[in-house]
Amino acid sequence: MTYAIRAEGLVRRFGATTALAGVDLAVPAGTVFGLLGPNGAGKTTAVRVLATLLAADEGHATVGGYDVRRDAHRVRQLIGLTGQYASVDETLTGTENLLLIGRLLGMGRADARARARQLLADFHLTDAADRAAKTYSGGMRRRLDLAASLVGRPQVLFLDEPTTGLDPRSRNELWDIVRGLVADGVTVLLTTQYLEEADQLAGEIAVVDHGRVIAQGTPEELKAKTGGQILTVRPVDPTDLPTVVSITHEVAGVAPEVAQTAVSVPVNDPGVLPAVVRRLDQAEIVVAELALRGSSLDEVFLSLTGHRAEQDTRAADARERTLA
Amino acid sequence: MTAATATATAALAPARRLGLAAGLRHTLTLAWRSLVQIKHNPMELLDLSIQPVMFVLLFTYVFGGAISGSPGDYLKFALPGIIVQNAFFATMTTGFGLNTDLTKGVFDRLRALPIARWSPLAGRILADTVKQAWSVSLLVGVGAILGFRLGNGVLGLLGAFALLLAFSLAASWISVLVGVLVSEPDKVQIFGFMVIFPLTFTSNAFVPTETMPSWLQRWVEVNPVTILADALRGLLVGGPVAGPAAQALIWAAGILAVFAPLAVRALKRRV
Repeated sequence: MTYAIRAEGLVRRFGATTALAGVDLAVPAGTVFGLLGPNGAGKTTAVRVLATLLAADEGHATVGGYDVRRDAHRVRQLIGLTGQYASVDETLTGTENLLLIGRLLGMGRADARARARQLLADFHLTDAADRAAKTYSGGMRRRLDLAASLVGRPQVLFLDEPTTGLDPRSRNELWDIVRGLVADGVTVLLTTQYLEEADQLAGEIAVVDHGRVIAQGTPEELKAKTGGQILTVRPVDPTDLPTVVSITHEVAGVAPEVAQTAVSVPVNDPGVLPAVVRRLDQAEIVVAELALRGSSLDEVFLSLTGHRAEQDTRAADARERTLA
Repeated sequence: MTAATATATAALAPARRLGLAAGLRHTLTLAWRSLVQIKHNPMELLDLSIQPVMFVLLFTYVFGGAISGSPGDYLKFALPGIIVQNAFFATMTTGFGLNTDLTKGVFDRLRALPIARWSPLAGRILADTVKQAWSVSLLVGVGAILGFRLGNGVLGLLGAFALLLAFSLAASWISVLVGVLVSEPDKVQIFGFMVIFPLTFTSNAFVPTETMPSWLQRWVEVNPVTILADALRGLLVGGPVAGPAAQALIWAAGILAVFAPLAVRALKRRV
């Protein structure tokens, strides 16, 4: 198998903080690889090392077969980078932004103009082509940013949290674009805090926490890793919640989670469900919902890291909004 | 070889290094980018045009009579000083623009492109030099309308511009350092205001210095603004040139030697 990206033992420290504590990655060409983790897990640092923006303290990495340190200039000819924050020049128009990149990549004036026009059309930005990017909506800006990283037809594309802060519709549009790129043979390294995003796009996921890859596999493998299934019980009368908690705790042998009026607990043993039903019946608790389902990546993340990813995400989003 | 096969070959074997010609081309493209911004941000054009003109008019007609006896005499003395002050303020646009690129992520995008490492900075400085030239022409033009006459003709004007340019290129490194160190673009402007205002006023740019307290006069004599203003007076109006021009270049060299390495180190640390 040819790997578009390989990393071995990447370590990067910032003062006393260790952003990367020995990361190994192998991304087959033509696939989407997801780096999943909460804020501060080291995802962006990993992307910056692989995109030649930052030198690792230890370890080495290749992109397209070229060493990111020794052959940085060659690597830069193969990659496209879309950063965590839309990195277009807001004072330029959409067309000018893409022209700038095209000209910097050595295209002739006419070629650069044609490429800009085509990308703006592909990304539904033709109507806004001659407006300054600062007048764009968040979704439009992100599309322009992605278009800017595609001007040079990169073989490897780094998408650092491409949909953070986007509304669901813009997010879906961006996902479709990414799927289209992969169909054209582009290798994509995607970082995200959204478990759903990794599940939707990535063929292979590495879960990152505190600068380490703590689990890796296909979304299905990761879900299977937590042992299987989640039992959810929602009593009709919320005052029964404490009893439901103690019953599920006792039967399943692990502490359940309470979310609003429902109790969830991971189960591995098929005998747990009938046992819980029997005990609820004995306690005369009327149940509004009783469900057994495969665990989502959310639960995978929880069981791997001991903390929830989504909560971190929301807190971070709220912070970003406050800052903006 | 057709264009298509040329592209295919390039994709197969990316070039290992960049030539100097390519780097200069990148610099020109990036300078274009900084200048085309003005089109969408008319405020910047106002900054570059109205502000200097306003200074000339205000200083000439408000202070002129009181300081030199008549606005015409004052203009002869003060226009070179105003040009120097404007040049100092103009260097701050380099840091402002650089900080904007750093905070908005544009700098990362540029650094991930296969372009010369020095071209983003060089492109910005080149664009700022063009803006500087525009401001100087405007100041001299407005001065001419108000009665300012070049004592040494076009040659003197070119000499003044060359000296100003040399000094600005050196002083830009202070601006770059500030642009790298502060967290947001507005802070570059605050720095400019806090430092450049007192710096340009504690000089002989606008007033004769005889009435200043002696401790201030000692500073005024070595202030690069004074030295540069004297050199420009020599070049534009007449009088000694070599002495002040040489001192100005020594200042420029000193600033360059101290601030260029500091700025480059700070930039490498930040990105």
